[in-house]
Amino acid sequence: MTQASPSLDRSRAGAVGSGFDIGRVLLEGRAYFALVAIVAVFSALSPYYLSVSNFLTMSSHVALFGILAIGMLLVILNGGIDLSVGSTLGLSGVIAGALMQGVPFGPLGVVAYPPVWAVAVLCCGLGAAIGLVNGVLVARFKVPAFVATLGVMYMVRGVALLMTNGLTYNNLGGQPALGNTGFDWLGFNRIAGVPIGIVVMVVIAVIGSVVLTRTPFGRWLYASGGNERAAELSGVPVKAVQVSVYMMSGVCAAVAGLILSSQLTSAGPTAGTTYELTAIAAVVIGGAALTGGRGTVRGTLLGAFVIGFLSDGLVIIGISSYWQTVFTGAVIVLAVLLNAVQYRGRAKRPATAAGPTPSPRPAA
Amino acid sequence: MGSAAPIAGDVVLTARNVAKSYGNIDALKGVNFDIRAGRVTTLFGENGAGKSTLMKILSGVIRPTSGAIELRGEPVVFSSSSDARDRGISIIHQELSLAPNLSVRDNIFMGREIGGPAGIDFAEEARQAAALMAELEEHIDPMTPVEELRLGQQQIIEIARALSVDSRILIMDEPTSALSASEVEVLFKVIRDLTARGVAIVYISHHLEEALEITDYAVVLRDGAMTAKADRADIDLDWIVRNMVGEGYDLGAPPTGYPFGAVALSVRGVSVADKAGHGAMAVDNVSLDVRAGEIVCIYGLMGAGRTELLECVFGKGSKVSGEVWLEGREISRLGIAERIAGGLALVPEDRQRDGLVQTMSVGENLSLASIAAFVKGLLLSRPAERRVVDDSIRAVTVKTSGPAAAIGSLSGGNQQKVVIGKMLGTHPRVIMLDEPSRGIDIGAKAEVFRILAERARAGLAVVFSTSEVSECLSIAHRVVVMSRGRISAEFGHDVTKEQIMAASGEAVAA
Repeated sequence: MTQASPSLDRSRAGAVGSGFDIGRVLLEGRAYFALVAIVAVFSALSPYYLSVSNFLTMSSHVALFGILAIGMLLVILNGGIDLSVGSTLGLSGVIAGALMQGVPFGPLGVVAYPPVWAVAVLCCGLGAAIGLVNGVLVARFKVPAFVATLGVMYMVRGVALLMTNGLTYNNLGGQPALGNTGFDWLGFNRIAGVPIGIVVMVVIAVIGSVVLTRTPFGRWLYASGGNERAAELSGVPVKAVQVSVYMMSGVCAAVAGLILSSQLTSAGPTAGTTYELTAIAAVVIGGAALTGGRGTVRGTLLGAFVIGFLSDGLVIIGISSYWQTVFTGAVIVLAVLLNAVQYRGRAKRPATAAGPTPSPRPAA
Repeated sequence: MGSAAPIAGDVVLTARNVAKSYGNIDALKGVNFDIRAGRVTTLFGENGAGKSTLMKILSGVIRPTSGAIELRGEPVVFSSSSDARDRGISIIHQELSLAPNLSVRDNIFMGREIGGPAGIDFAEEARQAAALMAELEEHIDPMTPVEELRLGQQQIIEIARALSVDSRILIMDEPTSALSASEVEVLFKVIRDLTARGVAIVYISHHLEEALEITDYAVVLRDGAMTAKADRADIDLDWIVRNMVGEGYDLGAPPTGYPFGAVALSVRGVSVADKAGHGAMAVDNVSLDVRAGEIVCIYGLMGAGRTELLECVFGKGSKVSGEVWLEGREISRLGIAERIAGGLALVPEDRQRDGLVQTMSVGENLSLASIAAFVKGLLLSRPAERRVVDDSIRAVTVKTSGPAAAIGSLSGGNQQKVVIGKMLGTHPRVIMLDEPSRGIDIGAKAEVFRILAERARAGLAVVFSTSEVSECLSIAHRVVVMSRGRISAEFGHDVTKEQIMAASGEAVAA
């Protein structure tokens, strides 16, 4: 047959035409509109909400979850999930705290005080190592991602508790004499008035966005998340991609751990508990599909901002934190519902212009 | 047989001027269709002709936009498919709808479990399931999980489920797509039993010759309208094809007038263990040489080891022994990506499962296997990718609104062309296609073969597998017949259908 095969679906989209456009714009830009609505509502309710300083404060809260969520997005794009990021965040802070206290070299009686940059590098390496364990469990040993990262979540949290005996490192300042000062830079400094945490998030987001949209790795990730078998038969190194995303997620978690402990000027072993769930929520609100293959950095950041600005707004207008929990949950449920609507709509009605051929034939 | 049973040949179900529109698109344009008791009415038509739409209307899955359905002369409106089933109409859908984790017994009785004094009467269910298996001449234990069965057997289970309902009208939409010739024969015997009992059968198949064998009445649809109907006695294959396509068709002839090059692919003594792990060999010591420019067809029934052989050559699945050489270089130890880089390509059998990434666009699917060709530095170059994609779309004539279109918006034939275009985009020296014609219509099939013949003329070595004899007799220079994991015969292009069938193992079994 030489006839074109333009599906019924596409032509139908053309037929329904403009009447649906508003709906579609609202649907596809829902995270954006939700954010605008949140800002508008809270600005109306509180005179303090709409100000540069408040926005920067809220944004640095968001930055923590934003960084975790970008790492989580990579894993979710691959069709997996990483429940261990909250624990990794905690352990990263604890390790940083321990290193800042100095590392005794047993029999020599020497105590080494690594400089802050070395501490940061070591913590990121730790995050990558935890990610490697997750990745190998999932890719090599075929353990379901949920279970593998759940187990690692417990183990990492346990290690953090063991290392500190449940206590918190409070002295992260370092001493000029030892050359290890500057840990507070991450949490308190600003570049052009913008807190470092936000800068780090933006940098990670830009890198993540470029990696996803402009590099072979990004294409491999979308492909192996969409259909692993097809990707493998097209020459995509699916195993390597799978291990890499868990490692990247681990590094993101470690970075977030450094920022958090710097902001708090203390490192506790229980820091970051349940943060993995907030990160997952941000990714989902951002429109990613938990089945893999669909999602963007922009959407994920919007998701993180929706959650952050909503809960901070509720605090500012003085609503109890119990209600915050309820609201956040409702937003997540709504987001998942809308995701379902969008992807169902896309399956039936691909969002493309009508085909060039005039005589579309429906698929029987 | 009760007195209420209709006389064979009586019309039991009629579609009167049935039309179905989606938006302003007419899937069916007023079709009149009769189903007769004790007869097999076969519905012919290309993909998109409206066959499945009509069957879904007759089985209550969807409702017509206009027109009426009459059941034994009474107008009826089916509220759902279970409503239609209660009135004695059941359907075997094209896609398998089994729960792979459940046993054969549980699948057959899913949703209509037989009640007993203590919950479900499993013993009775198992007895009936075993009886159905015996009727279908399959040696399958009713307690076997469906996921352990091969595709053809799963289709048998689907058929068994429809038979277990004891319906008066049975619609079969492509029931044989995964069945071997002997299984098809058994199915036909069952169909004849059913028609002898007065059951009306509606049969849809892409295998035209096979369908002709069982047909009593033929109806042809084209573009949502009925173009012809006739008694079996008055028609032949040409008549069907003429009415389906509106013109003659030709799967082509082996390209000639050029010398073959050196041996491009050399498979030496390859063995692959059976996935089910009965210690048996899915591929047993197979050797095969293919020269540049040569087209080799591997014919075999389901389970003959074609897929396992091709996947193993491509580096997927575990090889037990043997070597694979590509253009004089051993590639047995290389990964898939390295084999692709070396010039080998595989178009897998199941394009939905192994060929396409459904979440990606047409363009991204087309460029997936040749990403390295448009990387500049660390980044992908969009213009370079666009060129790769446009070239592929042109090379395999994909009908699409553009590279950004969703892959699901394409017809089966065009999706297949995307998979082929993706692999041709890697500039292979050898391309292997596992059942490239599966689930695509005659027009698309002819076009795929034309593209392959063209590439062979330009020096590409082509290996394709098939379970349709007519395809062996098209563009292949050489036909290799596989049976039970071994190569049982090799023929030139002047082979006859009978020779191929005889070598495929059917004769051995008989």
